[in-house]
Amino acid sequence: MHLTTIWFTVIAFLWTGYFVLEGFDFGVGILAPLLGRDERHRGALLHTIGPLWDGNEVWVITAVGATFAAFPDWYASLTSGFYLPLVLIIGALIVRGVALEYRGKRPEPRWRRRAGIAVAAGSLLAALGWGAIIATMVHGVPMDATHTVTGGLSWILRPAALLGAATFLALFATHGALFLALKTTGELRTRARGAALRVGPPTVALLAAFLAWTVHPHHTGVTVALAAAAAACLAAAIGATARGRDGWSFAGTAVTIALTLAALFTSLYPNVLPSTLNPADSLTVAQAASSPYTLKVMSWAAGLFTPLVLLYQGWSYWVFRQRVMLPAPPAEPVRASGRP
Amino acid sequence: MNSLDVARWQFGITTVYHFLFVPLSIGLSFLVAAMQTAWVRTGHPRWYQLTRLYGQLFLINIALGVVTGIVQEFQLGMNWSAYSRFVGDVFGAPLALESLGAFFLESTFIGLWIFGWDRLPRRIHLATIWITAIGSLLSAYFILAANSWMQHPVGYRINPATGRAQMTDFLAVLSNKVALITFAHTVAGAFLAAGAMLTAVALWRLMRGTGGPDDTPALRTGIRLGSWVTLAAGAALAITGDTQGKIMTDVQPMKMAAAEALYHTASPAPFSVLTIGSLDGSHPLLSLDLPRLLSFLATGSFSGQVQGIDNLQTQYQQLYGPGSYTPIIPVTYWTFRLMIGAGMLAVLTAAWALYATRRGRTPSSRWLLRTALVTPLLPLLGSAFGWIFTEMGRQPWVVFGELRTAEGVSPGVSAAEVLTSLILFTLLYAGLAVIETRLLLRYARAPLTSPAPPREAAPDEPPLAFAY
Repeated sequence: MHLTTIWFTVIAFLWTGYFVLEGFDFGVGILAPLLGRDERHRGALLHTIGPLWDGNEVWVITAVGATFAAFPDWYASLTSGFYLPLVLIIGALIVRGVALEYRGKRPEPRWRRRAGIAVAAGSLLAALGWGAIIATMVHGVPMDATHTVTGGLSWILRPAALLGAATFLALFATHGALFLALKTTGELRTRARGAALRVGPPTVALLAAFLAWTVHPHHTGVTVALAAAAAACLAAAIGATARGRDGWSFAGTAVTIALTLAALFTSLYPNVLPSTLNPADSLTVAQAASSPYTLKVMSWAAGLFTPLVLLYQGWSYWVFRQRVMLPAPPAEPVRASGRP
Repeated sequence: MNSLDVARWQFGITTVYHFLFVPLSIGLSFLVAAMQTAWVRTGHPRWYQLTRLYGQLFLINIALGVVTGIVQEFQLGMNWSAYSRFVGDVFGAPLALESLGAFFLESTFIGLWIFGWDRLPRRIHLATIWITAIGSLLSAYFILAANSWMQHPVGYRINPATGRAQMTDFLAVLSNKVALITFAHTVAGAFLAAGAMLTAVALWRLMRGTGGPDDTPALRTGIRLGSWVTLAAGAALAITGDTQGKIMTDVQPMKMAAAEALYHTASPAPFSVLTIGSLDGSHPLLSLDLPRLLSFLATGSFSGQVQGIDNLQTQYQQLYGPGSYTPIIPVTYWTFRLMIGAGMLAVLTAAWALYATRRGRTPSSRWLLRTALVTPLLPLLGSAFGWIFTEMGRQPWVVFGELRTAEGVSPGVSAAEVLTSLILFTLLYAGLAVIETRLLLRYARAPLTSPAPPREAAPDEPPLAFAY
């Protein structure tokens, strides 16, 4: 395989890792205010992602940084072309990150409630935004021969972008609910499973519709198989939830997200950003790629660091593998728990 | 204003803001790691108390450093797409390595440190904060290698077919002499920030007597450790700054001339301490000079020749064609002095704190107490002025000698779009600054935690007690 194709695959892998991992912490962020009866419950729900979300978020930073290094033109056209949506997503990521870290720093219920709402709003907006951007990236943008995206914001209201946004949101909500079912006990677990069973079935329909629409213009045997497998896998995951198999159902949504991204990136290839104005102006993998020397340097670096990252990030998941217990209501006046 | 001006303001505001959190995070991560090591080794409660106190301040601070860093990864392409296309083949590699080799390390291990107090064996838990600290150091190195390539491009050629920079030697990019010296200077600045914070918080608590006599051993250790770190960092800043000045004179002579508002080539050249009046090369009202010092700073010899702005301007016009190659002189001149001045004041405060606490004395000076309130800000201001100087002193270039800033801006992004994001980020950042400052003040005053036996009566949300 050519180095440029390998690097296209690496970028697809990084985005996939990002959505599989941050997907569930977006979902948990959105669901926590809905599933938790009080701040104590919500604190326990958010605690399931507390040690993990920051490491998950680095996947998108790496995806974007690696795109800059391996495909400078892709990076430049994509980020300048999706200007305002990215501003909103970045703003949302900032707000939710700070809120997640600062929520427990003060004991007042009002402070914690506001932080929880900020986490939920930030997670919601980011999930919607990424869905719209990834869907539009596959469908194409109005881009001229210099690979400059034109036409302002009109594309964002296209049905494809809206459907992508809704699909990502539903998928992450289901994924997050299943993560909560896996990581909590008792009442919280029951409520999380209930949420997954309610959100799951419509998500299967939404995902099937979204993939059918997005993959159709580029359909090959491979893309159709990947898309079908994604929808089937999600249905199986919901089925596993109904039978109480938390581990299998969470693995199922993780694989669903991976297959969805695989279907999308396979449809995109060999373009990295198609032009809706003139197919000849589309930006291709070959045009966007860095020099062979840079790709070689990057390959060595990725080969060295990626196994290490997977190893220690995997270890941190292992350390925090236990279910989060809901603390017993305090018998005595609550000690200021935000204090060191 | 056109989109170029707005994009420059946005980059300046978001980057300077981001960098308010960076030096403190790097420096504190190492100091907290050192304190925790002392706790694990000696078992003395004061080290535990210090680890917890400064660990909290470190976490509050790094949270904002992490989230404001997200903007950096995207905005190069959003606002500067033409720049990104030109430099991507070279500049992208250290940036990608920063994520892959450093950010993953930092963010994974900081999660393990925050939540691992009761869950990891003591020594492994200690290792997590050291790995976090090393991650922050690696991250600084990669990003400074990228920035230094813009100051002094090496290890590349211009591809004649595309007209863009193309990497030819990655090791040359990583071992750029500007990157090495900038890294040393920046890390010294990080320890100045952390040392000043350490001293100021402990001094303030000791002098206000908030925690009673039980806190005294920890606070005295905090003051003295912080002061010594500040003094050592100050010395390291002077030495690395001196070397950096000589390298800058070599690779960016215009920046050195602009730092001094030196219009005419001189040998020997004096160092201007301050100037009242105009900096446009006409006679100022008052100018305080130290004879021959600039020659020494720039060349290492007290009679060395330092090139002036006018001479360089003529030279550059012959080299690069017509146009102005001079940065905004009042900005470079004053930021250079404010950087040095802020750093020196922080060092003086540390020396004062050391003197006031000598041989078990408890300081009582009201002025020292007041000073403690502004001390943590001084190194941060110094870093900010230093970066404004470095970046403004490179203008009109974005990549020195290769690409002008005006050529790097995104062609498809309107001024209105950039302005929208500028306003949004500025408002968001202002709000976050208020929340962060309040939290820092709250935790700087919170009672010290003693190393009580773990698994005691559970507060609400037990595993969250430290962080959530």
